[in-house]
Amino acid sequence: MAIDMELEAVLRPPQLKMKPYPPKAITLANGKTLVVREASREDVPTLLEAVHPTLFIERDYYDIVGARLYAELLGWYRHRVRNEYCLIGQVDGYLVGIVNGRMVDQKVGMSYHTLAIDRGLRIGSHLFAAKMEHHIEYLGQDEVLIVAESPIGFRRWMIEYGLEPTDIQHELGGPDSYRLTRDLYFASKPRLVVGSRPVPPDVWELATREILVASEEDIREKIAGLKGR
Amino acid sequence: MAGREHFRDVAIIGAGMIPFGRRDEDSLMDMLAYASLNALDDAGMGDQTVDAVYVANMGGGILQHQTAIASSLVDRLSLLPAAAETIENGPASGASAVKNGLLAVASGYYDMVLVVGGEKMREVTGWRATDFVATMTHPLAEYIYGVTLPGMAGMFTRLYMERYGVTREHLVGVAVKNQEMGGLNPYAHVEMAITRQGIFDSPDSVVNNPPVADPLHLYDACPVSDGAAALILCPLEMAKKAKKPAVLIAGFGQATDTQTLQEREDPTDLKAVTLAAQQAYEMAQVKPGDIDLAELHDAFTILEIAESEHVGFFKKGEGGKAVAAGKTRLGGQIPINVSGGLKARGHPVGATGVAQVVDIVFQLRQEVGKARQVKNARTGLTVNFGGFGNNVLAFVLRRVDS
Repeated sequence: MAIDMELEAVLRPPQLKMKPYPPKAITLANGKTLVVREASREDVPTLLEAVHPTLFIERDYYDIVGARLYAELLGWYRHRVRNEYCLIGQVDGYLVGIVNGRMVDQKVGMSYHTLAIDRGLRIGSHLFAAKMEHHIEYLGQDEVLIVAESPIGFRRWMIEYGLEPTDIQHELGGPDSYRLTRDLYFASKPRLVVGSRPVPPDVWELATREILVASEEDIREKIAGLKGR
Repeated sequence: MAGREHFRDVAIIGAGMIPFGRRDEDSLMDMLAYASLNALDDAGMGDQTVDAVYVANMGGGILQHQTAIASSLVDRLSLLPAAAETIENGPASGASAVKNGLLAVASGYYDMVLVVGGEKMREVTGWRATDFVATMTHPLAEYIYGVTLPGMAGMFTRLYMERYGVTREHLVGVAVKNQEMGGLNPYAHVEMAITRQGIFDSPDSVVNNPPVADPLHLYDACPVSDGAAALILCPLEMAKKAKKPAVLIAGFGQATDTQTLQEREDPTDLKAVTLAAQQAYEMAQVKPGDIDLAELHDAFTILEIAESEHVGFFKKGEGGKAVAAGKTRLGGQIPINVSGGLKARGHPVGATGVAQVVDIVFQLRQEVGKARQVKNARTGLTVNFGGFGNNVLAFVLRRVDS
């Protein structure tokens, strides 16, 4: 598709300079290593392959989360969202989860979505924690605004972090935002934010060689199979 | 027990279950029906009907707002006009239903009995499921103070650790062992193997395995599950004519204890477990050392260790060390919970006591596949633990070759 770059310059939002998220390695309950790292815009088509099957999974609101995340990632890829970032989790090179958000301004972060593809290993918890770590410790923000679209999300974020309710409308619509402050983050960090840096070279090499994506069928089974793990 | 000499020997000729887990698409009645049909098929019943149906279920009235479940199931299965009853005895409902089926056949009143247990717990959030299970606690002395079963198990664990030297490493050993076995059991809710590193040694385990009721952590507790399991009971003489080897219910025992833990002289003494096992051993004329494998009620890892001592496999204080030494693994001195136990197979409360028996039947018939099979298993023990040890049933099962 030909792009009129003159018009495109008008349509593309200005971007704040964002510090990179330093990758880390986390040991999971099954002994495998989860690599959490920042995705690049060029990775988006691969990430969309993994998000696509979730559009049709009603269980645990995966369809809503998937549809919105798909749009957010596409918007980032095509330069239609301001200050967005995306972190991914990989095990043995395979994509096991995605989180994203954006900077509203230098002080305020807006958490978008957390999608766990492999379940039962607290991958969603680890990735959400990494997202909060990014906003507070690397982007240097004072607070992050968060809403949950599923009961699982509510338990994991609002309850486990003891987030503050606010009357601020979240960009995703729905209920008012909850807020993670720097104080809440550092109070929660010892029990919720883990991982080691640097990522061991062999693990890093495997993760960055290629983002492997399970088949649509496997992803559906992992998320909504009989066992519901 | 007076008059037992007049009883008939009772055997299991059919066993069936459905994979435990989260079964959003199935209703409670669907699950009970599927498991029943599997057991009827396993028994080779064809068009033959049963005389009576005993259905174990703890929470249909609360979770599904449905009562008279046995009446519904017997009609759904086209087993009319068979007698039908629902048995509710907390988490020991399953074994209670087996016991009632056993007595009905042993007495000579019925010849062919279907026993099925099921529960649908994933229909509600985890909080509500925990609250539902807590309805078995004392309404005035426990429940109103917010006591939950994980909380009670946490206090029990702390006391057991202090008195008998059980350590968190011992508990982790049970969790790792049972999840490894669950991975080999196609009916298990949790099929994922875990490692000691991932849930204990690594600093990252603080997130992977957070405390739920100190000193118990996430992987010390069984999952909340949907599922059902079923058995067909008949007189041994009839069972001997069946194609598959008969499994004799060689012994059973049941004992109760104070409803609340705090009323017990020694809360770490699970008297009802000891008594139920002793009764079952006595009736079967066996000793703990004669048992080839056991399914113990490990709703929490500590319970597997405590029960292994109370049924006589190990002396008090030795159960944890036995786990660490590999004595309870497949191939060990006494393999415990090679199904994965409640910890990995799952714990749909009404189904559990039946599922324990089903798995022992599969083992005694050598049907579980090489990776999970206890070699030359001929005699098995089950312990189904109701309340916090206030209503316990045990069965000794023995393979009988015709």
